[in-house]
Amino acid sequence: MKLLKGRLLHAYTLLLVAWLVLPIAVMIAFGFNDTSSKQNFVWEGFTFEWYARLFEKEDLTRALVNSLLIALLSTVVTTVIGTMVGLALGRFRFRGQGTSNFVLFAAISTPELVMGSSLLAMFVQLNTPRGFVTILLAHVMFSIAFVAVTVRARVVGLDPSLEEAAADLGASGWTTFRLVTLPMIMPGVMAGAMLAFALSVDDFVITNFTSGSTVTFPLWVWSSTRTGTPPQVNVMGTLIFAVGVLVALYNLWSARRRRTT
Amino acid sequence: MTENQVVLPAIELVSLVKEFTAHGETVQAVKGVDLRIGEGEFFSLLGPSGCGKTTTMRMIAGFDEPTSGEVHLHGENVTGVPPNRRDVNMVFQSYALFPHMSVAENVAFGLRRKGVAKDEVTRRVGEILEIVGLGGREKRRPGELSGGQQQRVALARALVNNPRALLLDEPLAALDLKLRQTMQVELKRIQREVGITFVFVTHDQGEALTMSDRIAVMNDGRVEQLGSPREIYEHPASKFVAGFIGTSNLLSGTVTELRDGAAVIGLGGDERIVVPARTTKVGSELELTVRPEKIDMRTEEPDGGRSRVRGTVTEVIYLGTSTNYNVRTSTGAEVVVFTQNASNANDIAVRGDSVWLSWEPRHSYAIGA
Repeated sequence: MKLLKGRLLHAYTLLLVAWLVLPIAVMIAFGFNDTSSKQNFVWEGFTFEWYARLFEKEDLTRALVNSLLIALLSTVVTTVIGTMVGLALGRFRFRGQGTSNFVLFAAISTPELVMGSSLLAMFVQLNTPRGFVTILLAHVMFSIAFVAVTVRARVVGLDPSLEEAAADLGASGWTTFRLVTLPMIMPGVMAGAMLAFALSVDDFVITNFTSGSTVTFPLWVWSSTRTGTPPQVNVMGTLIFAVGVLVALYNLWSARRRRTT
Repeated sequence: MTENQVVLPAIELVSLVKEFTAHGETVQAVKGVDLRIGEGEFFSLLGPSGCGKTTTMRMIAGFDEPTSGEVHLHGENVTGVPPNRRDVNMVFQSYALFPHMSVAENVAFGLRRKGVAKDEVTRRVGEILEIVGLGGREKRRPGELSGGQQQRVALARALVNNPRALLLDEPLAALDLKLRQTMQVELKRIQREVGITFVFVTHDQGEALTMSDRIAVMNDGRVEQLGSPREIYEHPASKFVAGFIGTSNLLSGTVTELRDGAAVIGLGGDERIVVPARTTKVGSELELTVRPEKIDMRTEEPDGGRSRVRGTVTEVIYLGTSTNYNVRTSTGAEVVVFTQNASNANDIAVRGDSVWLSWEPRHSYAIGA
């Protein structure tokens, strides 16, 4: 009985891992597909050709650069603002705190499609030309809540006497933040930043409404599906995925190092 | 040390009041505390939780500002001065060590803020870690140390700054009994070695009695009694202090006679209680305390002018070095008696035995008289 249970659990785990990994494996594999047709759907053989010809399609490259630039900028802005919001909500009691928490929750739970179309309506009303800036504004807007919530969780778990101890030992408010508070909440800040980057770099729905004539990587891929998605898209996806894995591994390694030294 | 020997107080609290407002309700946590704590003194604020002792200490450190009243450090009024500009340091109940810094970095934190030169920082950090017995652990992280070692790091981190006074907020509460006893002796040794004023907040009366030069017993936001451990133990000034410090027997009765500055409470027959009391008169009700170890218990009638009360043993608790007896007196009071098991003779009495309790009049104290 015990043996059977163990085997079942084993099989279940393997199945779940396969479920998670299979789509990624397909994406990576078709980046190596030696296809000659416009549609990259049928396996025809192995090649490195698409890695060599990665930046051949200029508009695709431009779209990728746009996406990375927007993700990077929105992550920096979001992380700074979101961290401050998280600190305020986790540390202090103030008038309007309940409302602030509700607004954060609303920003997370509002359907993207509705938010996107509303943003478009707003930008049209305000007569703002859609493009790079409006995409950036929209991305910062919808990711702040995610950073704020992750940082808030970290701040709530922080012993308030740590900051008092720093003050007691002669540190000013800013020094206390720099030397004690920030290093302590850093894991939360980093997790929030990674979340913000991931949300921005592959956002399609809201970006589609606020982009005007600017094209990002997800928008380019979507429009290409009608005529045929080139294998370079798979390669780019693979590379973004690889960077993500490396960052995750680094986090794991540095967390382990922090624990043992 | 008595009150008038304190010449220049290291810390002086003047009519300190602290109110907190929660849910529209104002609560007075500290209701007017006046204290003068002398240079180099080991001073304890002792009381049950919620008595205002921690709030009082936080006002000395500067984390809480008094609603009214003043805090003086070495004659200087520091009310309203933020904690980072007060020359006192605190050891927190949770230790509050910075987990992302090494032991040495933790201890050096205060000196670095003051801009002390690098090699002097290294020298002083090394010295203080030697004093607290943590030499050679500079590079460890707090998380790798035991509770007792973390305690010593917290102590070193505060002491290295050479503060005017060190504030300790229940620093031993998280340690197990054995370690707590070791640290009590250690703390006393370290205090003697560095000569800094210690203000020690605790709810543990044993701890306060062991370590302090003077104790302020606090209750409900006020100081109930101020004095040396011996004064507080032997002469509790109130029913609260008598009950809070050690085990105390509370007896009461009507004064029937006054004799040489002592009140006699006649209990009928050959039973009586004699207690020193100057300001009482015949016919008034009197409450008095007597410590369990001062009571003599025997089966035959005691002699002379001692207080003497008959009773019945209701419980015998053998504790190795001593035996505790619970006795119900003829007046219906419950009295605890400690006897040393000095010889390996049999117990004086067993449950249900009739016994005589007696004690010297000077070992009992009338409350409020």
